Amino acid sequence: MKETPLSNCERRFLLRAIEERKRLDGRQTYDYRNIRISFGTDYGCCIVELGKTRVLGQVSCELVAPKLNRATEGILFFNLELSQMAAPAFEPGRYLNLFLKLLYISDVWLKISKMIYLFKIHFQVWQIRVDLHLLNHDGNIIDAASIAAVVALCHFRRPDVSVQGDEVTLYTPEERDPVPLSIHHMPICVSFAFFQQGTYLLVDPNEREERVMDGLLVIAMNKHREICTIQSSGGIMLLKDQVLRCSKIAGVKVAEITELIQKALENDQKVRKEGGKFGFAESIANQRITAFKMEKATIDTSDVEEKAEEIIAEAEPPSEVVSKPVLWTPGTAQIGEGVENSWGDLEDSEKEDDDEGGSDEAILLDSIKMDTGIEVSDIGSQDAPIILSDSEEEEMIILEPDKNPKKIRTQTTSVKQEKAPNKKPVKRRKKKRAAN
Amino acid sequence: MEEEMHTDAKIRAETGAGSSPRGPGCSLRHFACEQNLLSRPDGSASFLQGDTSVLAGVYGPAEVKVSKEIFNKATLEVILRPKIGLPGVAEKSRERLIRNTCEAVVLGTLHPRTSITVVLQVVSDAGSLLACCLNAACMALVDAGVPMRALFCGVTCALDSDGTLVLDPTSKQEKEARAVLTFAVDNVERKLLMSSTKGLFSDAEGSAPSTNQSLPRSSSSAWLRPRRLRNTSSASTGNRCRGVTPRAETSWGRGPLPPPPPTHPLQPEANQRPSLASRSYGLM
Repeated sequence: MKETPLSNCERRFLLRAIEERKRLDGRQTYDYRNIRISFGTDYGCCIVELGKTRVLGQVSCELVAPKLNRATEGILFFNLELSQMAAPAFEPGRYLNLFLKLLYISDVWLKISKMIYLFKIHFQVWQIRVDLHLLNHDGNIIDAASIAAVVALCHFRRPDVSVQGDEVTLYTPEERDPVPLSIHHMPICVSFAFFQQGTYLLVDPNEREERVMDGLLVIAMNKHREICTIQSSGGIMLLKDQVLRCSKIAGVKVAEITELIQKALENDQKVRKEGGKFGFAESIANQRITAFKMEKATIDTSDVEEKAEEIIAEAEPPSEVVSKPVLWTPGTAQIGEGVENSWGDLEDSEKEDDDEGGSDEAILLDSIKMDTGIEVSDIGSQDAPIILSDSEEEEMIILEPDKNPKKIRTQTTSVKQEKAPNKKPVKRRKKKRAAN
Repeated sequence: MEEEMHTDAKIRAETGAGSSPRGPGCSLRHFACEQNLLSRPDGSASFLQGDTSVLAGVYGPAEVKVSKEIFNKATLEVILRPKIGLPGVAEKSRERLIRNTCEAVVLGTLHPRTSITVVLQVVSDAGSLLACCLNAACMALVDAGVPMRALFCGVTCALDSDGTLVLDPTSKQEKEARAVLTFAVDNVERKLLMSSTKGLFSDAEGSAPSTNQSLPRSSSSAWLRPRRLRNTSSASTGNRCRGVTPRAETSWGRGPLPPPPPTHPLQPEANQRPSLASRSYGLM
């Protein structure tokens, strides 16, 4: 689906508002939208909402052979998927530029930051896979994705492993509690949108603001104020003190966000330990008109079996349209006979197949006329599948090759009609080839 | 909501009156649904059944590519994305099943040359995934305001080795069962829209779940009814599907079934369902 273009008056309005230091949703220039983190029942599953932008993150792990050039390091595989749900324009194949850019940014900051230490286990390493799905696009995908990835990795528990000499034992979650990943630090991306050739800047742009911005600056930082990545896109030219100012703002924001993440992780841990309810079901609000919850509902199925038998007894037997499988040669069988041949009616709108098809037909026609077909009637009356010996024909088919075999399709309206006769010559040909 | 309370009371009364001989497995897990939670899609819904959770988003009726347009009705597309990895063949086959079910209820002829896209994202999978996807798709279509002739719901049942019926199985129960059946039923005429089965089961066992799945369906419809925004016409679509047949794997949308093998002469007619729902539930 095509993206609805932004109208000129909307663009002008947004830019004028930004000049006056006003944002559509009432935020200040350096304000982030509300961040909401919810966890699922599996470890490593989380949904992060940055305002209305929603990202689902899931971490999974597996033991694999290491890469040849990095034999001692684990593998971190990162996948950000822009689901078609997120925006109507996110069709597979379209929007490749935005997608690749996002992927590159995300990949770069995550890998470079080396936030996870993955060790080698006796010729095998852990491959950690982070799958992020964008569910709703309301701007600032990169920040939301980075928060989701960090939260999911911190929440994830991998199976416990013990190595004794040459023996490696992988414990299931039932045998031993899964172990969290060893995480050095948590890099969070902060995005800055620039307008009017770098004059004005906004933190955490939403979708409308992203549409009118000139360029984007992304700084990935951790709470120790270490910059992991800086990326500038859009061709804006920034001054040194602008970049410094942005990094200072980023430091403050990252500290706040990291604190929020820690709190969310602690809460979830506490709930799980105490045996309370956790998971996405709990994050659905009660008493809301658009939400509905229903507790476990027992269903009385005691008399279902009697009812079922009643139905079977009362029902009429099915009609006797039973066809046995017909075995042509070992490996080729036929069930049913197909529909009536309607070639005669559609002579005018016959489509010409390729020349090869046409010549094939001509050759086979001769062979048919020479064959004396064995009529296999009453296929349905026997019990066992029918095995035919050779030169089997169900019915004699006399094709008329001299009646304009090279008809060019003239009508374009009745596409479906033409498809039907096309199928039948193919069917017949296959049967004959199997027979010969 | 009064109706909700009434439903709960009725259920508790039923369970109080002696446990069914089919055992404790016959209960639906706790389920929840939320609509309109995403701002970009025209309609969205999140459906949770126990720990299984699916998020659905609907765009439509919207512009369609010329290659995909149908001149007299809307092109319905279903996209199912798994949580981990790229979509594979299993997702494609589920997409087809869900699409056939939706096409049976959506009034596509009201919007020719448009596209209605249903995007489903698996948020967590703990058993009965196909039923959860069907339910989420239905709620999302309702939220989007797509005209439909009926609502539909999906229920999964598992038959274990001694013939016990388990409704809404968890993944562990599905693995241990010898047959897993998923049904989609509409709520106007209680007709079977889609049936997908895997495993080995006999005739009677097959028709038993298809009769009693009207019960869990009515519990989900209890809420769907007051939320229904459109009047669904009572015209039957002629979705007469036969009951399940004993096959290793069968799945079909609407339309006539392939002829059954000759050793089983009697097949139940799915629409000859007794008023079981009205007797034990009394909701509709």
